[in-house]
Amino acid sequence: MVAIIKYNAGNIMSVEFALQRLGADCIVTDNFDLIKKADKVIFPGVGEASTTMNYIINAGIDSLIKNLSQPVLGICLGLQLMCKRSEEGNVNCLGIFDEEVIRFSNQAKVPHMGWNSLTKMNSPLFKNISLDSYVYFVHSYYACIGNNTIAETDYINPFSSALNKNNFFATQFHPEKSGDVGSTILKNFMEL
Amino acid sequence: MLAKRIIPCLDVRDGMTVKGVNFVNIREVGDPVELGAQYSKEGADELVYLDITASHEKRKLFHDLVKRIAQNINIPFTIGGGINEISDADKLLSAGADKISINSAAVRNPDLVSQIAGAFGNQFVVVAVDARFEEGEWVVYVNGGRIKTDKKLFSWAKEVQERGAGEILFTSMNHDGVKNGFACDALNVLSNSLSIPVIASGGAGKMEHFVDVFNSGNADAALAASIFHFKEIPIPKLKDYLRNNNVVVR
Repeated sequence: MVAIIKYNAGNIMSVEFALQRLGADCIVTDNFDLIKKADKVIFPGVGEASTTMNYIINAGIDSLIKNLSQPVLGICLGLQLMCKRSEEGNVNCLGIFDEEVIRFSNQAKVPHMGWNSLTKMNSPLFKNISLDSYVYFVHSYYACIGNNTIAETDYINPFSSALNKNNFFATQFHPEKSGDVGSTILKNFMEL
Repeated sequence: MLAKRIIPCLDVRDGMTVKGVNFVNIREVGDPVELGAQYSKEGADELVYLDITASHEKRKLFHDLVKRIAQNINIPFTIGGGINEISDADKLLSAGADKISINSAAVRNPDLVSQIAGAFGNQFVVVAVDARFEEGEWVVYVNGGRIKTDKKLFSWAKEVQERGAGEILFTSMNHDGVKNGFACDALNVLSNSLSIPVIASGGAGKMEHFVDVFNSGNADAALAASIFHFKEIPIPKLKDYLRNNNVVVR
């Protein structure tokens, strides 16, 4: 059973549909017991970092996530909230990953929106994914490259398109919207 | 590198995909979900579904259709038409839409752009602008090109960007349906004056037009309907052609 954490963060349904297409047994829930008992947990997110961070602290979701021991996958804002700190609203985040989240410079259009390629992939999450495969991004802030980086993408500068530390994984792109490549990545996560 | 996007546009009326020429003479071309899934399989980067009768007949989009699209298609899609207030956008988000597109409603109530962007993020809001070049100016039209406004393309696009639009979908009414190429000059000015992506629409007839729209027009994405619906240009062939002409595509 995969638990998708339900909270005030955007398009959660598309993650559920993507898992259903893979035949996964999944539930969208804010029930802490169900989340703790799930085999896998997905922490999606679309929105503004400081507002969302305040929401999850008030709801107690912050300590829930940090104490999970099964594989956890953060997506998009989920990745950023799992980092140390975000420049968006200057907020301290969950601190699972050591990386900092900062805004793209205005040298090109922001948000970084559309399909961009994955390089330097180094994780079972990217099994059967070939170099330079395209995935779908929509974001204005990014996690810098650091010790937890398991894939890089270049937009204005190279940034962390995926992170991993222990049982915690996260992608800046939306695997649920990234066609067959994204489905394979979700399938790989399910098989961790 | 960030790829240029190819976006088939599916105009939906009464649950069927349709295609008009110059906003009139409508023909039916098939089931929106099946057609979208087929385009996705062929390599489309995104899909746009527009309820073309919505603003005219005040009809709301069917949320069941949006949900079916979200269930069956694994690339991003935008829903436009019939979004007049924030609750309309909220319902579409809940049904699984990745983005919504507003056109006439944004002109009538510019604050709607700010409200939706504020509630659901800039990435969720595409502002569609239909404009016609007349007497030396790009004049914005609403209600599916039926009603002329006092707004001008470039200043209006700038205003909605400041209000929080995540993308601009610009349709040149002069070029739409004519298949003689996109409005590259206007697109280039638009794209360079904005800090958000620009989707070009109207005028695609040949594969060369797509090279032009990305190179001369500086567009971030190109949208077309009939050339895809009537299989005049298959998407895989278009992608190969663009790649061979040094346009970065997925």
